Amino acid sequence: MSASVSGPGSAHEEEILLRIAASPHVHSPHSTPRIMWTVTATLVPLVAAAVYWFGPSALLVIGAATAGAVITERIFGQRGALGDGSAMITGILLGLILPPGFPMWMAFVGGAFGIGFGKLIFGGLGQNVFNPALLGRAFLQAAFPIAITTWPAEQASWWALRGDNFALPLMSPKTVDLVTAATPLGAWKFEGTGTEVMDLLIGRTGGSLGETSALLILALGIFLAVKNYLDWRIPTSILLTVAVFSGLLFLIDGSRFTSPMFMLFSGGLMLGAVYMATDLVTSPVTQRGAWIYGIGIGLLVVLIRVWGGLPEGVMYAILLMNAMVPFINRATQPRVFGHQRKREEAAA
Amino acid sequence: MFSELFRSDTFRHGVHPPERKSYTESIKIRRMPFPDEIVLPMRQHAGRPAIPLVKRGDRVERADKVGEADGFISVPIHTSAAGTVRDVTLWPHPDGSMAESVVIEVDRWSPQLPRPRVVARWEGLDPAQVVKEVQKAGVVGLGGAAFPTHVKLLPPKDMPVHTLIVNGAECEPYLTTDHRTMVEFPERVQFGIRIMMKALGVERAIIGVEKNKPDAIERLRATLPDDLDVTVLPLTVKYPQGAEKMLIEVVTGREVPSGKLPMNVGVVVQNVGSIACIAEIFDTGQPLIERVVTVTGPGVRRPSNLLVPVGTKLRDVLEFCDGLTDDASQIIFGGPMMGAATPDLDTPLIKGTTGVVVLTEAEAQPLTVHPCIHCGRCLESCPVFLNPSLLGSLAQAGRYEEMETSHLMDCMLCGACSYVCPSHIPLSQMFALGKNMLGRRKAREAAA
Repeated sequence: MSASVSGPGSAHEEEILLRIAASPHVHSPHSTPRIMWTVTATLVPLVAAAVYWFGPSALLVIGAATAGAVITERIFGQRGALGDGSAMITGILLGLILPPGFPMWMAFVGGAFGIGFGKLIFGGLGQNVFNPALLGRAFLQAAFPIAITTWPAEQASWWALRGDNFALPLMSPKTVDLVTAATPLGAWKFEGTGTEVMDLLIGRTGGSLGETSALLILALGIFLAVKNYLDWRIPTSILLTVAVFSGLLFLIDGSRFTSPMFMLFSGGLMLGAVYMATDLVTSPVTQRGAWIYGIGIGLLVVLIRVWGGLPEGVMYAILLMNAMVPFINRATQPRVFGHQRKREEAAA
Repeated sequence: MFSELFRSDTFRHGVHPPERKSYTESIKIRRMPFPDEIVLPMRQHAGRPAIPLVKRGDRVERADKVGEADGFISVPIHTSAAGTVRDVTLWPHPDGSMAESVVIEVDRWSPQLPRPRVVARWEGLDPAQVVKEVQKAGVVGLGGAAFPTHVKLLPPKDMPVHTLIVNGAECEPYLTTDHRTMVEFPERVQFGIRIMMKALGVERAIIGVEKNKPDAIERLRATLPDDLDVTVLPLTVKYPQGAEKMLIEVVTGREVPSGKLPMNVGVVVQNVGSIACIAEIFDTGQPLIERVVTVTGPGVRRPSNLLVPVGTKLRDVLEFCDGLTDDASQIIFGGPMMGAATPDLDTPLIKGTTGVVVLTEAEAQPLTVHPCIHCGRCLESCPVFLNPSLLGSLAQAGRYEEMETSHLMDCMLCGACSYVCPSHIPLSQMFALGKNMLGRRKAREAAA
């Protein structure tokens, strides 16, 4: 709205338009697209690390998952929704939690499912209950259980593809000439063998594309936390809970349970704690809620890894706690200024 | 019990908007000359509007009463200049509405001399008389809300007041009205505190000043009286530190219960400008007819602190500050966090006008609204611990009753949530609307 008025006196003779708007008239420089695109930018080093460890296959898988997410958002999402950057994040994150040799068409379908059924049917950005990238992976895990658990052994040449990335749509990947190797978590779970912590830290292990370099993810997470683009309470509480819970188990029986260092730095825990669980939309809005949510994820991760049928539990732990978020939010509403807590009110 | 242990010099939550006070914080207050015409709205205070006493063609002298207080929670309006009443009519009001106003053509040849005393001398007055004189002089809170000052000087018998808190926080960006008052007239502030303490019968007064005004803190400390318990409390720079409830919590460690008055916890809060104003009315005998206003922002050619006759039009004030820049695009009455944008340069400056901020096109760009991403920033900013995210979605659905159960009425519309919202959702605007709708619904139910 604006109104036409003549400017005051000699200093400003011509007509000027005065804008009117509701207060406040100043705003914080942080906007939703800025947050989303900054997070996207921090994913670039992770993609680069994936390419370093897994060769061109990494780019193909991440690119396909991102294309699936972005194209779905463009076609079915609200006009201009691509500009907020959230579909891009979903796509890249989904790519980072897939195996390097994953067929591109499957990654594309996963990205499309994550955005379509993980976000758009709930009403788009801000309305979804579950992390779209994780929902995409859960779908892929159910649909293609073999392909998603095929982990290639290290190839002689960096240029060699780590699997049948170019499998034709609706076709299973060829697995005949592929040498596979277990991920650190798989090796521990099914073969009882450990992995050097140093290899886990820098990512010199098998596994999904982005879940290998724990130190890099941690550094990027600290950067985002300092910028207040993610809630530091969530990764902190997840990692602390995993460390304490698995540490206790290790103390009880060191031969049966693995060390907390291995628990912390293996598998998708770091990526999940820093990038997946902290998704603003699907995590609690209250600070106390963030602690509860993080502790819940940490407990579930250890429970699934130690006693579950799967070697890795981060995805289901986060998805389960996503479902709890509305309840956590309701239970942790802050006490309003000048009001007593319900308990005190009852006592008074 | 723990609040005493962890006493800090600020409240929880809040936001840090850029201060932008350097435009005017070191510029001396200038007296603005009388304009050709002044406009005196009858509604310049919280409570019932005044009733006009003059009609078209009447002659008025400076400080003559042109509007009579309508009851206890109301104050009279005096003219800030001698002249002839041109009209009594509806006129644009700083809050954006139209209000009944007395329009006065100012005498060009009048020396505008001070009149004989309207307000009695302070010496020897008992508290009840002080209250009467303060109302007679039309004094209201000069911090923006314009609540009649005398009402706060009469605490009910069952609410003993022990502390006077003087609000010199001035947490709104850009504004330096209170800052300059404290720096230039510290003795007046101290004299005003003396009068208030006597009137209220309190033993203790605390002046809260944000730490970004070190010169004000120093000047106030240098002029503290020897015979009274008055202290200066430097406060952390944070918005809304100057909100009454936030200030009380910092000073006393106690929260004013929801829906209750500061007197419930034994304190009275007065804006430092109002305190200086009280000193002035008893000193000069003149009613409240002029006030200090900060005219600032990147859109003003010569940012200034002005002593402005109440009723001066925006146009004249801006002209006196050498006009607007070419890219000026928004004029705000008050500070940028809670002030109202006006489209009309004929709007008068009134008793409650703390400042005029002119923003340029660069600052006043309309923002694109995105969906709420539940980031929780608004919860972490809200000084009264509401859930603006939830309230916002209820407002969008028009579920005003549910907003009320989510404590909408505790919201003081400070704008902190809107300031931090990365999706630029106009939360405080929605809450103002929600309060309004609830008020109307209540009124309709009461009528039915």
